[in-house]
Amino acid sequence: MFDGFTMGELGAIFAMQGFAGLILFSVFVLMALGLAIIFGQMGVINMAHGEFLILGAYVTYLCAQFFEAFLPNLYGIYFFVAMALAFCVAGAFGMLVEWGLIRHLYRRPLDTLLATWGLSLILQQTYRSVFGAREVGVTIPEWMLGSLQLTDLIEVPINGIFVMTLTTVIAGLVAFMMFRSGWGRRVRAVVQDRTMAGAVGINTEMTDRMTFGIGCGIAGVAGSAFTMIGSTGPTAGQLYIVDTFLVVVFGGAGSLFGTIASAFTISQAQSVLEFFLSGSMAKVLTLLTVVGILMLRPQGLFTLKIRK
Amino acid sequence: MLQVRDLHVAYGQSEVLHGIDFSVAPGEIVAIMGRNGMGKTTLMKALMGIVPSTAGDVRIADSDVTRLKTYRRVAEGMGYVPQGRAIFSTMTVQENVETGLSSTGKKAVPGDIYELFPVLLEMKGRRGGNLSGGQQQQLAIARALASEPKVLLLDEPTEGIQPSIIREMGRVLRRIRDERGLSIVVSEQVLSFALDVADRVLVLENGRFVHDAPREGIDEAKISKFLSV
Repeated sequence: MFDGFTMGELGAIFAMQGFAGLILFSVFVLMALGLAIIFGQMGVINMAHGEFLILGAYVTYLCAQFFEAFLPNLYGIYFFVAMALAFCVAGAFGMLVEWGLIRHLYRRPLDTLLATWGLSLILQQTYRSVFGAREVGVTIPEWMLGSLQLTDLIEVPINGIFVMTLTTVIAGLVAFMMFRSGWGRRVRAVVQDRTMAGAVGINTEMTDRMTFGIGCGIAGVAGSAFTMIGSTGPTAGQLYIVDTFLVVVFGGAGSLFGTIASAFTISQAQSVLEFFLSGSMAKVLTLLTVVGILMLRPQGLFTLKIRK
Repeated sequence: MLQVRDLHVAYGQSEVLHGIDFSVAPGEIVAIMGRNGMGKTTLMKALMGIVPSTAGDVRIADSDVTRLKTYRRVAEGMGYVPQGRAIFSTMTVQENVETGLSSTGKKAVPGDIYELFPVLLEMKGRRGGNLSGGQQQQLAIARALASEPKVLLLDEPTEGIQPSIIREMGRVLRRIRDERGLSIVVSEQVLSFALDVADRVLVLENGRFVHDAPREGIDEAKISKFLSV
């Protein structure tokens, strides 16, 4: 499959596909971070996670429309406003869903799965009714257009760099909150032993609600970033939910570092393979490898070592 | 400090505690003795609000906590060291102790807690799950003390712990009482430990108290009769 390429060209291809893989990696990480909190930490299988992502994307779209119509000279910064809004809207909606639906279904994983799948269908139809079935896109502000020419053969898109920076910042923030803040400590305590967490004075219900809200909020931010590299349709969330679960399970549920490492492995493999094979063959090969590794190591790539 | 009046607890239709009455004075250590299945752990859980009670009421220092959720009872001054310790095994020792701060609003663990248990300070970066049984028990007590309780409940603290550490624990419990003036309720099967720490011994049998005696002049033979099958 390497026929007809010179060594220099091959190097450039690997570098650029590697970079494309890094962008895919960033989106995976953003999506998986929310899920790693909700599924990895709380053990809740949220099938509607993709729809929270799309909610964030639509909020960004509406925000872009608003800036275009009323504040055209501030259009360059609309994305930051949109991202904060997407976090708040998706987070608030997540807390509402936890209060109305999820909290009645803790310790009933199959029911949760069914209920959140139903929720995802409802949300999809709502998006379709409100925004129409056609995909919508935003105009990317000028400073984010174009690409950096690194050498004659290698160039990297600026919006890709932006998404990567964003991911790094958010991943850092999540790690900090999880391992250094009082909230993170409470979340980890509740996850391990709900009864005992209550008995040391932790308000477990409030902690659950906050956790679910923050997970959904991060999905909203991921959706916001998603508009930079693709268009948004009512069912776009469905396309990503399987990949995202795969990333979280492969990385080892409960391990943030594992999630990031597995997102990196899967996205790089997929992106580099895609250039040389067809897209679906790349996917098949990646999935087969992941399935094989999970059969040998069901707990995922990274787990904590603790006396049982 | 702690008053329990006519407390009834049932699992479904089967009533386990049939009207428990007792009170604990400030600075008093009370041991609740009884064989397996007599309701010691159920009583502890009912006091914490982990198991709902069907009738009766529980008061801490004149505030009625009967209808409060578990975490609110902790804020009112209840501290709990459960049977089997239940420490958070994937969290470090320090983080375990810090979970106890949730109801106090403090950010840092008061130094006197580590003074009581110097071994925890040495191991504060280790994961709780990798500690030995005796160390985990100390950690569970430290975690409960972090929430600044008025009443400390310990459910069978000597279970699975070597004799020398049991004696040490008795000393520490009395020291905690003397330094902080809190009341301690400890459920026990080991009579020697109970006589070592307690000011008063209650015997629970089939969901009722059948014996209540101060330690001075206690009839050891009679209590061991209750404990032997």
